[in-house]
Amino acid sequence: MALRTFRIFRGTSQGGEFKEYQVEVEEGNVVLDVVLNIQARYAPDLAVRWNCKAGKCGSCSAEINGIPRLMCMTRVSLFPEDQPITVAPLKTFSLIKDLVTDVSFNYELARRIPPLRLGPPGPDGTYRMTMEDIERVREFRQCIECFLCQNVCHVIRDHPENKAFFFGPRWFVRLAELEMHPLDTDDRRPFIREEAGIGYCNITKCCTEVCPAEIRITDNAIIPLKERVADLYYDPLRWLWSRLLGRRQAAPAPKPREERRAAS
Amino acid sequence: MPGYRVYEHDVLVVGAGGAGLRAAIAAAEEGARTAVVCKTLLGKAHTVMAEGGIAAALGTVDREDNWKVHFRDTMRGGKLMNDWRMAMIHAQEAPDRVLELEEWGAVFDRTPDGRILQRPFGGHRYARLAHVGDRTGLEMIRTLQQKAISLGIDVFMETAVVRILRDGQRVAGALAYRRDTGELLVFRAKAVVLATGGVGKCYKVTSNSWEYTGDGQALALWAGAELMDMEFVQFHPTGMVWPPSVRGILVTEGVRGEGGILLNNKGERFMFKYIPDYYRAETAETVEEADRWRYDKRNNRRPPELLPRDVVARAINAEIKAGRGSPHGGVYLDIASRRTPQEIKLLLPSMYEQFHKLADVDITKEPMEVGPTMHYMMGGVRVDPETAATCVPGLYAAGEVACGLHGANRLGGNSLSDLLVFGRRAGLYAARYANSLPQTPSFSGDEVEAVANELLEPLYRAEGENPFAIQQELQETMQDLVGIVRTGEELRQALHKIGELKERAKRVYAPGDLLYNPGWHMAISLGSLLAVAEAITISAIERKESRGAHTRDDYPKEDPEQASFNLVVAGDAEGQLRLRKEPRPPMPEELRRIIEEA
Repeated sequence: MALRTFRIFRGTSQGGEFKEYQVEVEEGNVVLDVVLNIQARYAPDLAVRWNCKAGKCGSCSAEINGIPRLMCMTRVSLFPEDQPITVAPLKTFSLIKDLVTDVSFNYELARRIPPLRLGPPGPDGTYRMTMEDIERVREFRQCIECFLCQNVCHVIRDHPENKAFFFGPRWFVRLAELEMHPLDTDDRRPFIREEAGIGYCNITKCCTEVCPAEIRITDNAIIPLKERVADLYYDPLRWLWSRLLGRRQAAPAPKPREERRAAS
Repeated sequence: MPGYRVYEHDVLVVGAGGAGLRAAIAAAEEGARTAVVCKTLLGKAHTVMAEGGIAAALGTVDREDNWKVHFRDTMRGGKLMNDWRMAMIHAQEAPDRVLELEEWGAVFDRTPDGRILQRPFGGHRYARLAHVGDRTGLEMIRTLQQKAISLGIDVFMETAVVRILRDGQRVAGALAYRRDTGELLVFRAKAVVLATGGVGKCYKVTSNSWEYTGDGQALALWAGAELMDMEFVQFHPTGMVWPPSVRGILVTEGVRGEGGILLNNKGERFMFKYIPDYYRAETAETVEEADRWRYDKRNNRRPPELLPRDVVARAINAEIKAGRGSPHGGVYLDIASRRTPQEIKLLLPSMYEQFHKLADVDITKEPMEVGPTMHYMMGGVRVDPETAATCVPGLYAAGEVACGLHGANRLGGNSLSDLLVFGRRAGLYAARYANSLPQTPSFSGDEVEAVANELLEPLYRAEGENPFAIQQELQETMQDLVGIVRTGEELRQALHKIGELKERAKRVYAPGDLLYNPGWHMAISLGSLLAVAEAITISAIERKESRGAHTRDDYPKEDPEQASFNLVVAGDAEGQLRLRKEPRPPMPEELRRIIEEA
């Protein structure tokens, strides 16, 4: 047992401040243990989201000493003993109270993604896939929807106005999963370019760095999607071929920016 | 009296885990206007924690498998206390429900010929669990969540239902509050499906999340429905024991399914000492035979580590009590000496991660320390086996909140298939019932007002009891007095203590306001926690025998007389619980023969 100082943000959308708590910390404690302990003993109205306490559900995202992490998987012993530990809510989403933010934006985007379009089964009436077929998709399906990647993506963190036409890393992972799903037959490339705004991502890899499920978001999801979009819209051979055939446009014409803003 | 917003749907589903989402999908596909209400964000429900797999007799690995063997295993695992009709429906329909998930995008581990791979698990005769490494629950909940939103189902997140509203006997909807704003909502609905999961949070050491406060069981009781089999509480044999803050977190049975063995502090593989007669014919007698089984299942019998959970949990408990436990009060679970590091990381990635990050243990090099953790409630809302309907018209229940399928002990993997099979049936029959009603029954504004005022009381008091402290005392009481091994004397002490806590809960105080206030939410949850704790305890007092997960030190043997009834709990208008013995329906002779076949 050791006495440690925690600085936890307390407040609402109307404003707030960091409050200091001196608490006993047990061996092996994670930050979430301490936050729940403070809630049970000193501050019953301290708002925090959590569920599984084992890194599986992605509920307890916060910024701990400035770094976005899951509170349940962050050991207190990670930090120097003589310094306070600061726990703040995710910055990119609007604050509800204390450590809880409004992440509903993500769930609205999820509804706009075209779902799996299943192809016909094999000759024996079943769907066969080998381990090799599903390897890439499995990585994406490890996502626990903690939204830490959305939180650090500077396209929306620094420019909230971009939320209107940029889906963010979580949803590129979802789109990559659908596009690379062995049973899917849809082509979402126009959607990925026009609606999801993949062009805004300039591959700084901040999302990959914070992903607790260790999904290589930029390398394995976003870049391949960018390549697929580029294939459809910017392939010079495809462009030449279409010119030879007398068509002006190889791919569906992109909507002008203004129209997209209005639509969203 | 605060105002409230009113919504109207045909079918309201309470809970967004596997059963709730599957019910909502079925109801929407039946043409009902459907809404799902859940206490957390979508996709975070406890189903996400399920690790090992979904039990279904697909026969992709062991071709001999079929529904009859699955039915037999389930009934034997449940010590024949299961509702035979539910066990039959479950075994027959589970394969279709798994294949359907695949068509909705789930990506299971594969066999070399491209089918769904199945792994062995405790109590299942054949390799039967369709899985995705050790994160099957995540795959399942994500698939269902994505399917549900593609159907346009309304989802009300971070919203908790506090009362089922009725028009006479019939369901008329539900009263709820939003956790983020404290706002009251009335959901008018022709039918309500309860899919709220279990009761783990009335125990101290549990694998369950904060959500598991017995809401659905209590809502059902208060609406006039009945609970059954509440004495059967499953303690999973392997939870983490160290460090203290992770005590109780689940270690999947998949570790043993993939070859893991249990050892005491003398290095002895102790499970061989605890093989019950009932399972002797199908369990290996020597270490050599158990080890050969992995490579040659036809000529060898299963290792005793794969006995049903009640047997393994009691064995571990006995080893610890006899002083043969590990330093932190568990036993050792060893996979490191059984599989290569590469295999372990591929087959059990989240176990590797969990021990590495939370306990500084590398499971590819050293054994894990594990001990029993409260995991699952076999008992719950009493339902019709075909339709998942309760005795209240318009009220349905499915998944862990319901009861019947698992009897006195649930087999691993049978929960996820239960959610799918009976979740679908609950949604389907709720929708059909709703579609048969010309209009939505009306609710009583007076009742809403009375309940709303009661809800707000803890906020208006100037002082009083700390709701978290009351929950903690309840958890300690249940852990110490209504745990793995019970006695009549301790159970009566527990009942007395629960009575005291119920009185103290009336004076509970929550500082702060309506905005996202966990202390206030806990104050509200105490009502359901205490109701289910009482139901468990009075049922455990009444069952004077040891059967499945219910072990009585003062009645250590199974009593064939007591196999003839289930214990049913109902509430009266004053909230007093009444217990009665309900004779069990007779099982058809052909099913009995299936169970008795070797």
